[in-house]
Amino acid sequence: MHPILKLVFQRLALGILLLFGASALIFGLTEALPGDAAQAVLGQSATPESLANLREEMGLDRPALTRYVEWLGGILQGDLGTSLTNKLDIADSVGKRLGNTLFLAFWAALVSVPLAIFLGLLAVRYRNRWPDKLISAVTLTTISIPEFLIGYVLIYFIAVKIGWFSPLAMVNDSMSLGQKLNAIALPVLVLTMVVLAHMMRMTRAAILNVMQSAYVETAELKGLSNFMVIYRHALPNAVAPIVNVVMLNLAYLVVGVVVVEVVFVYPGMGQYLVDHVTKRDVPVVLACGVVFAAIYIGLNMIADIVAILANPRLRHPK
Amino acid sequence: MSDILLKVRDLKIGATVYPPGEKPRDIEIVHGVSFDLERGKVLGLIGESGAGKSTIGLASMAYGRGGVEITGGEVWVNGRDILKTTHGDIRKLRGGEVTYVSQSAAASFNPAKKIMDQVVEAAVEQKKFTRKVAEGRARELFAKLGLPDPDNIGDRYPHQVSGGQLQRCMTALALCPEPDLVVFDEPTTALDVTTQIDVLMAIKEAIRDTGVGALYITHDLAVVAQVSDDIMVLKMGDTVEYGTTDQIINNPQEEYTQALVSVRSIDHEEKKPTPEPVLSVDGITARYKGLNFDVLHNVNVELHPGQTLAVVGESGSGKSTLARVITGLLPPRDGEITFAGRKLSPDLKRRSREDLRELQMIYQMADVAMNPRQTVGTIIGRPLEFYFNMRGAEKRKRIIDLLDEIELGEKFMDRYPAELSGGQKQRVCIARSLAAKPKMIICDEVTSALDPLVADGILKLLLDLQKIEDVAYLFITHDLATVRAISDSIAVMYQGRVVRYGSKSEVLNPPFDDYTDLLLSSVPEMHLGWLEEVVAHRKMESAGN
Amino acid sequence: MKNIPISAMIGLGFTALYFVIAVFAPLLAPYGMAEVVGDVWEPSSSEFWLGTDNIGRDLLSRMIYGGRTTIFIATVATILSFVTGSTLGFLAAVLGGWADQVMSRTVDLIMSIPSLITALVILAMVPVTIPILILVMGLLDSTRVYRLARAVAVDIAVMDYVEAAKLRGEGQIWIIFREVLPNALSPLVAELGLRFIFMVLFVSTLSFLGLGVQPPLADWGGIVKENKDGIVYGIGAALYPAVAIATLAISVNLVADWILNRTTSLKGGRG
Repeated sequence: MHPILKLVFQRLALGILLLFGASALIFGLTEALPGDAAQAVLGQSATPESLANLREEMGLDRPALTRYVEWLGGILQGDLGTSLTNKLDIADSVGKRLGNTLFLAFWAALVSVPLAIFLGLLAVRYRNRWPDKLISAVTLTTISIPEFLIGYVLIYFIAVKIGWFSPLAMVNDSMSLGQKLNAIALPVLVLTMVVLAHMMRMTRAAILNVMQSAYVETAELKGLSNFMVIYRHALPNAVAPIVNVVMLNLAYLVVGVVVVEVVFVYPGMGQYLVDHVTKRDVPVVLACGVVFAAIYIGLNMIADIVAILANPRLRHPK
Repeated sequence: MSDILLKVRDLKIGATVYPPGEKPRDIEIVHGVSFDLERGKVLGLIGESGAGKSTIGLASMAYGRGGVEITGGEVWVNGRDILKTTHGDIRKLRGGEVTYVSQSAAASFNPAKKIMDQVVEAAVEQKKFTRKVAEGRARELFAKLGLPDPDNIGDRYPHQVSGGQLQRCMTALALCPEPDLVVFDEPTTALDVTTQIDVLMAIKEAIRDTGVGALYITHDLAVVAQVSDDIMVLKMGDTVEYGTTDQIINNPQEEYTQALVSVRSIDHEEKKPTPEPVLSVDGITARYKGLNFDVLHNVNVELHPGQTLAVVGESGSGKSTLARVITGLLPPRDGEITFAGRKLSPDLKRRSREDLRELQMIYQMADVAMNPRQTVGTIIGRPLEFYFNMRGAEKRKRIIDLLDEIELGEKFMDRYPAELSGGQKQRVCIARSLAAKPKMIICDEVTSALDPLVADGILKLLLDLQKIEDVAYLFITHDLATVRAISDSIAVMYQGRVVRYGSKSEVLNPPFDDYTDLLLSSVPEMHLGWLEEVVAHRKMESAGN
Repeated sequence: MKNIPISAMIGLGFTALYFVIAVFAPLLAPYGMAEVVGDVWEPSSSEFWLGTDNIGRDLLSRMIYGGRTTIFIATVATILSFVTGSTLGFLAAVLGGWADQVMSRTVDLIMSIPSLITALVILAMVPVTIPILILVMGLLDSTRVYRLARAVAVDIAVMDYVEAAKLRGEGQIWIIFREVLPNALSPLVAELGLRFIFMVLFVSTLSFLGLGVQPPLADWGGIVKENKDGIVYGIGAALYPAVAIATLAISVNLVADWILNRTTSLKGGRG
């Protein structure tokens, strides 16, 4: 087997291992901490007898390992269990909301990724001059304010004072794509601002690193035009670090979504998770935790695999 | 006039430095340099680090590296001042009329593209040749430069060929567009000495056969003497001396040039072995954890009190590994070490404090061998405290004595390593090891990171100190000039074995074994025509075989 | 002191100001923290400089007390994160072998889940109190400090001056405290600033989600949550914490940048 395939398979295997590890960690946390689903249903005033009865009824008296294996087996077959509070099937609710969340994240990525790369290039082009300084000052400010506050600042100034877009991002199936996009304009803007700073800074660093290498100097000394230097020599080597930057920030975006959904009352996974944390609905929290962890681990894994595939030393071994 | 290829007049070059936390400031690094280069001739630019030689070389392509900018003067190439020409014309100049060979070909080749694509790129982009013609020319150059399999080597990626080969590919890259001028920037410095001679000869022949003019930049006068017609000696951005190679080598006028020519002229009379060696290494075989082969095979050497054993070899010969075994950092698989009449434990942790005190070590990179957060006084004082329990005034007095011995003096006591020059740092490291009053010091390439004149000062100091303190040196180096200067006995190492061992006069005089012969004959000598003599001699020998 | 650049001066000044306000909050606040003194969402006046909040409490007083809570929680959590993370990180670097493997792989696993998600899972199980908040935030964040501390220590441990100390025969204690630690300190102190900012953002986010500081105690995230409904009516009370958090975060950032630059200049030596 080509050694690069071996490395890719190794990384895939590690990703799967991490997924199992993460699910065990999340399940383990709910086990190790005081309180459980039965306690949550009955509240603090429950008598020990009623707790014990409910635990038996819910199967909570069986060993943790058995329940973990059952839970995991369920997830693998698409069964996430039922909610304690509204008795609905979790997989159904997650399915619809995950679609909404990914819709939001997708549009945020579509705006922020090209913008970040463009601004990163701009900052490198005008390094240490005013455009670079302005970009870094603005991005420093945006990373210094939590996502939810950026959200309210935008609602206050754009939705309320100017009157553009709705302060609430309600979407449902009967809306057209245009209506939906109009509804999510502000949350997309917030998410863009949140990831833009990190993504742009990291892109800038990655490009600078390549541009300062000796082989770019060689290309310049061949009399190539700036465009050719970048297109032929810088870009092939900058792709891997930039893809890496993008993936890491998409992972970050998935977390940012949680808070932004709450601000804009957007019917997605984040809102769903936070609601049920407050209600102490353990099965829902477990399911959401695993879904978020899976997305996060998956994106990180893709970043690593792209880096492996893009490395010429691995692609063309001696 | 028409055969003047490159004319430089009063060239001034400046740079902007950004000291962290302070305002950026402009400094001048080349202060008005002038020279002429005729078509087809080679001018050597020589100087120590900071002399501005690479900067001048790049200025002939109207290029400033990093924050470097040409601030004044004229640079005429093929009859026009390239500092006043258009942007488009400069692009035609670079890669067309003037090309560049850098010190590190490994970094200068794009790792993501095949060698051939990069070698022909300038010629094709400049519309000098069609791709097909350029490729044919590249293959001819590969063959001329002595690369193996010249027809197919271009299909490989840079990391798939060796360092010496890649350096030759870089030369092919520079020669492919048939330029008028090639700037060679330390093209052989990163290579081992036995590889260097082949690359040097290949470059020299390529220059001769193509009739190209060249600027040859290096810090090694003996190397530049072999390839150039004229030499300019530079120091801190100023011309020290400028003349023909013959004049500079055989009749230098300036004191600085004389010092460069006579460097390593230290004479050191070989001492006779004593009956009782201070260190004897018996049958050492060693390997690193995780490797499945030995890096040292049955090594036997002895070092006598107050004398110097030079361990010489190229990269990968195992010479530094030997140092690690003797210090106990790498316990050997087999063999034993006797030091000062007692058997040394193979493992550092089980050695007595007395063993540790009497066996000291000095490193190649002085700046990482000292804790940047400690003052010179603390650095030198610690062994005094640790081994002799010295405190207060007594310790202070001894530190001052040591600072005087290394010719720095008391005023250095409260400085931090970052405030010292390279040579001063190495001196402090010497004082630190002397503070322990050792019987023996291992010196691991202690002068290789230093400029020749500074290195010379360090070697003189070490010899003087040897007389005063009666300390033995195990001197690890790849530089044969250093070996000649300082040693009493020599061990030549090659691929983990000692291939030749004996007193200095025995080792450096015939009859030689093959490797020592190759190694000794590869060291550039400071006389004209040396390169041709060696190559001719080698050809004769191989014909005889 | 004369070498401190102007940006770091400003940063230091504002950071100090915030900490002074936090310490002396009861003396500085014009009204009590939970005292209802006016109408709902009164505009700013000479009586109430920032106006009043959703149930008529003085917003300036809420902001001052809120800053005290937020800064206190962030500080303690940062200290916890640093003590745990750097101790374990150094230990892993010095011990190496299986101890290092076990600790590093555990940290990898914890970091494979976003810390906000882990925090939410934990807070779903346990009652939300200030000590628990500090514990959860501090321990989750210590994974990042662990990685940095371990990397820095491993880098330093292979330096020739550490080898020189080993060859001299120095003990582990000397090597850790005299050779490694002084050189590891600067990058860690700069990181300390960044971790502190992260903690401020983290606790504010949790409070905003209703899973952090519980009312009637004030904190900056909570003030946003309490007053967010006013925004649609054009009442900006919820936005004051944005200004407070941003200025604090930027100030600390400026100081951290300066410390980091100072470190690199020391390493670079003569330039």
